[in-house]
Amino acid sequence: MSDFSAALSGAFHLISSADPKLVQIVGLSLSVSLSAVAIASLLGLALGAWLAVSRFAGRGVIIAVLNALMGLPPVVIGLVVYLLLSRAGPLGQYGLLFTPTAMVIAQAILITPIIAALARQVIEDAWNNYREQFQSLGVHGWRASATLVWDTRFSLVTVTLAGLGRACAEVGAVMIVGGNIDGVTRVMTTAIALETTKGDLPLALSLGVVLVLVVLTLNLIAQWLKSFAEARYG
Amino acid sequence: MTSSTRPTQPYARRAWLASLVIVWLGTTATLVGMPATAQDKFITVASTTSTEQSGLFGHLLPLFKKDSGIDVRVVALGTGQALDTGRRGDADVVFVHDKVAEEKFVADGFGVSRIEVMYNDFVLVGPKGDPAAAAGRDITAALKKVADAKAAFVSRGDKSGTHAAELRYWKAAGVELDVAKGPWYRETGSGMGPALNTASGMNAYILTDRGTWLSFKNRGDLAVLVEGDTRLFNQYGVILVNPSKHAHVKKDLAQKFIDWLVSASGQKAIADYKIGGEQLFFPNAKR
Amino acid sequence: MGKLLPLELKDVSLDLGGKSVLRNISLRLGSARTLAILGANGAGKTALLRVMHGMLPPTSGAVRAANGLDLQLPEMRKHDAMLFQRPVMLRRSALDNVIFGLDADSTQSSVAIGERALRRVGMLGLADRPARTLSGGEQQRVAFARALARSPEVLYLDEPTASIDPQSTRQIEALIADAAESGVTVVMVTHNLAQAKRLADDIAFMHEGRLTERTPADEFFSRPQSAEGREYLLGESI
Repeated sequence: MSDFSAALSGAFHLISSADPKLVQIVGLSLSVSLSAVAIASLLGLALGAWLAVSRFAGRGVIIAVLNALMGLPPVVIGLVVYLLLSRAGPLGQYGLLFTPTAMVIAQAILITPIIAALARQVIEDAWNNYREQFQSLGVHGWRASATLVWDTRFSLVTVTLAGLGRACAEVGAVMIVGGNIDGVTRVMTTAIALETTKGDLPLALSLGVVLVLVVLTLNLIAQWLKSFAEARYG
Repeated sequence: MTSSTRPTQPYARRAWLASLVIVWLGTTATLVGMPATAQDKFITVASTTSTEQSGLFGHLLPLFKKDSGIDVRVVALGTGQALDTGRRGDADVVFVHDKVAEEKFVADGFGVSRIEVMYNDFVLVGPKGDPAAAAGRDITAALKKVADAKAAFVSRGDKSGTHAAELRYWKAAGVELDVAKGPWYRETGSGMGPALNTASGMNAYILTDRGTWLSFKNRGDLAVLVEGDTRLFNQYGVILVNPSKHAHVKKDLAQKFIDWLVSASGQKAIADYKIGGEQLFFPNAKR
Repeated sequence: MGKLLPLELKDVSLDLGGKSVLRNISLRLGSARTLAILGANGAGKTALLRVMHGMLPPTSGAVRAANGLDLQLPEMRKHDAMLFQRPVMLRRSALDNVIFGLDADSTQSSVAIGERALRRVGMLGLADRPARTLSGGEQQRVAFARALARSPEVLYLDEPTASIDPQSTRQIEALIADAAESGVTVVMVTHNLAQAKRLADDIAFMHEGRLTERTPADEFFSRPQSAEGREYLLGESI
């Protein structure tokens, strides 16, 4: 138990002292993961909305593939992105390997299927409620999709949060494509992995506590906004 | 509630949407722009976990930056993977410790030339009680005793420089691993730190570089049992990735880093790095 | 003559999921009359309403609007509207729900149209309230306003008062009567015979997917033409 109490007090010490190195790492973690969520939301919400309202042959297959992709190990995604971005790979000329951009790409690929699959479910439920009314009003296509996305926005916030949580917690992919370079691509999870390999388990656990607190804070803010908005807008 | 205020309502919704989109684009743009705006004067060095985790780079790089204004981004990997990173052109410099593999790397045309920089040494670590009675100065005799006692031994098993060295010592000790291997011999397929964590958890023998050992905190019941054997010396070499293979290699900046490592001030900086008063790396560049 | 009326159903049958829901229905809908479709559960009333509203294409037979135009054409939806048993409220204000039903979204004129429609259903005071925070009866009135705002030629009502309280029911009935008064042709499905008596000019009676009779309301309630209609009224009077 002493390990855990040491980790907790270590975490609070790290936070209260606002260690500049920690601040930089947390900042990079958030900007990488938030950017990945931004990109994945644009793609995932559009894909999810499209799948929710369209009916075509092969739709079931796409949904099954999306659900399967949710379980894709991050390391595999990391490896694929690594091979793509490597100087010897097809996108090597842009020199993106071992940069935050590479990490954003990997995380976006990781969470787009999650956001798309969950958004599809949310939007399709709403679609089942709205379908007859839309048909009656002659509302279809893009306008129908946009209305569905807008009307499920509070639930979709939860969906993107699920994506953010996964992005923030992910270590395998960003380790490979970012390289865990001190001050450049070191994020919360790779820092934790590094401290673990150095055998500094209390510090690693402290960083883990900080990570949980950061993600928890984001969730609480979003949850509060959601319940406030739902009470206000029904 | 009055009808005069009402017409603004639909427009307010648009504003809401617009601000959302702006936030989205903003975050994305910052990130996409990030690598371009970051310091342009930097090189990427593929090195080993032992140099990174021992804290040597944390000591050296600020000194080099002060002298040259160049940022060095270190990607810490196993020696095999570090060489592969150089082979693919994803690093400007490779800084590793596996002479045979390094010479092959240069011979294959991926590196310009191999320059020796420093050495550290390996130590055999094991349970303080030393059930195999392996303690001493002779690494091959010690390993023989471990194998005979079938005492738990943790191997990196990751084709790293340390792993390559371990295999050489087994061979020199006359232990045919393929035959002698049993449940006592655990291959973890992981870096030095995780392998040490495993050894600490299992109270097993393990070969490690001294630097990682000294900065390793989770030692449990382990202690150094064999050290000082000259065969345990571990030579580090630095190689400029061949610009004729990979045109984007920053050869001028990278060459400055290599020149600095072997210069008097670089060599002194290496010798000055100590943990708990103990020197970890011994500069031996031939100039 | 309108864009939609007279609406002509010729020998319309509908199969849904392998089940025969409508069988050989022929029906002509003229203008400015209120038609109530009656019948037991599962008789096909709601399906008939949806076929007339162009939401379900018939399996066989033909549905023709005025001038022989195809009812399925999207622009036909500009001339009719439907009220569902449970009002579907979008997550926005009552006024925006009404405006959503109009073609051009949120221009000044559509705001004016929306406000006029809300005033007609007595909901102008709650125009800025999020629609989902309104009571069931209030929501149905907003849905009514959304339908009225489209100035429909025909208004289809699918059990519009089945899930609201008596007071709201009275308000909705008054709105239906008011709409009929102003020249809108109303077609409604209801299980409430008293309501049909109060509102309908004509009764269409359905039994097991067939239209067994189409009679003026006072005649249907005193002397139903079909055996099924007689039996239905008998069951109701117990």
